[in-house]
Amino acid sequence: MSAEDMQRATWRMAHEIIERNHGLDDVVLIGLQTGGVPLAARLAEALERIEGIEVPTGCVDVAFYRDDIGLRPVLPEAVTDIPGDLTGRTVVLVDDVLFTGRTIRAALDALVDHGRARQVQLAVMIDRGHRELPIRPDFVGKNLPTRRDEAVDVNDDGVDLGEMVK
Amino acid sequence: MSSGGPANHRHGGLRNLLSIQDLGPDVAAGIEEVMTLTDSFVEVSERAIPKVPALRGRTVVSLFFEDSTRTRLSFETAAKRLSADVMNFSVSTSSVKKGESLRDTIETIEAMGVDAIVVRHASAGAPRQIARWATSAVINAGDGWHEHPTQALLDCYTIRQRLGDLAGRHIAIVGDIKHSRVARSNIAAFTALGAEVTVVAPPTLLPPSLDGWPVKVSHDLDAVLPTVDVCYLLRMQRERMSEALIPSLREYTSLYGLTEDRALELADHALIMHPGPMNRGVEISAQVAEHPNAVIIDQVRNGVAVRMAVLFLLLGSGTEWGGEADV
Repeated sequence: MSAEDMQRATWRMAHEIIERNHGLDDVVLIGLQTGGVPLAARLAEALERIEGIEVPTGCVDVAFYRDDIGLRPVLPEAVTDIPGDLTGRTVVLVDDVLFTGRTIRAALDALVDHGRARQVQLAVMIDRGHRELPIRPDFVGKNLPTRRDEAVDVNDDGVDLGEMVK
Repeated sequence: MSSGGPANHRHGGLRNLLSIQDLGPDVAAGIEEVMTLTDSFVEVSERAIPKVPALRGRTVVSLFFEDSTRTRLSFETAAKRLSADVMNFSVSTSSVKKGESLRDTIETIEAMGVDAIVVRHASAGAPRQIARWATSAVINAGDGWHEHPTQALLDCYTIRQRLGDLAGRHIAIVGDIKHSRVARSNIAAFTALGAEVTVVAPPTLLPPSLDGWPVKVSHDLDAVLPTVDVCYLLRMQRERMSEALIPSLREYTSLYGLTEDRALELADHALIMHPGPMNRGVEISAQVAEHPNAVIIDQVRNGVAVRMAVLFLLLGSGTEWGGEADV
């Protein structure tokens, strides 16, 4: 997937977010640290160009909510920054790669600590499969079938598939 | 998060926090790591519900052989905000009074299944001895005249919050250096981060030898004050007077107390710090304690977040990389 493909996917996802929510009232974008943060920023930019509305955008680090604390090294990558109380808002969680779903599970717990959102939707650039929890994305850039031991790297230049670093 | 690869993790080896040196081999990098993690816990502490499930199911026991209100409360608050269970071992009502040895006490506590022991003890080195016996993580919450590492970490954090980087800053530590574990930990931490430290005290309140201490020494507070970025006051323990180390508290105050007049000599940005509990009117005047640059309450507030960071580093993120990435 090239940078241009990613840009087109971002625009399509932005349109889908607007369509699904009949506009952008009460919509908040929350990027997951770290990969979801630049994608959330690009989605916010696209939404603003389409609708002329600046959507509140924040980020969440799920380290303290993970289910594998103590099983492997877990440290936050950055400080969580939620733009105000989420009660009654429509939260679009944004991440680069959806894999087992455990990060999203942790993110859902983290969001609850910032208020009772009216609904939470999930936008990801890559859905690579191998879910371990009943979690399904609402907006997907690309479905990318992978082996479990492959690594997916989403960066500014596009998406790369490689061997997982052990 | 991109899948694969070990998380950014440099503290696989941190099992105990007994002294500032335990954060090494690069002490400065270790302190920076604690401070970065503390930023996240400050954000947690500012929430309407200041609690995360990070250490659910872990048990932290506070084992205080010496009186303390703020340190004990601070550790217990930190553990509870991480959702850990807290056991409180109160020495005055325990079998220690019946003559139980320290080793038996530790073995008994460990048999109950604890993950971390927070120790304060009047004897220097007691936490290190406990760490030899214990399989759980041991955190030194003050041992004799030796060290009080979490105090130094929260002081570094508080200075960084107000003044930014500590490198090149001049910090005066004033008062009873000889008997102060706070001074020892702070000198190690401040100098590791590149600050210059001057200890200011009468000769009787300095250790017999300062060989190897990376500090300057002064007996003249008035000369030092205009040059400092931080004036760190230690508590004047009243029993030092009965030991005839100072002629009188009044004389101590007149020479080494931060009075209102002296505070005027400080630079506009200079911070006034104190580890507590304060003797208002002795080492710090009642008015100076309320000065806008007195960050004594910030120290207490940051103490909880710093201790959350230490507990999380020891109990939450301190295992070796081995598993498959669950992203």
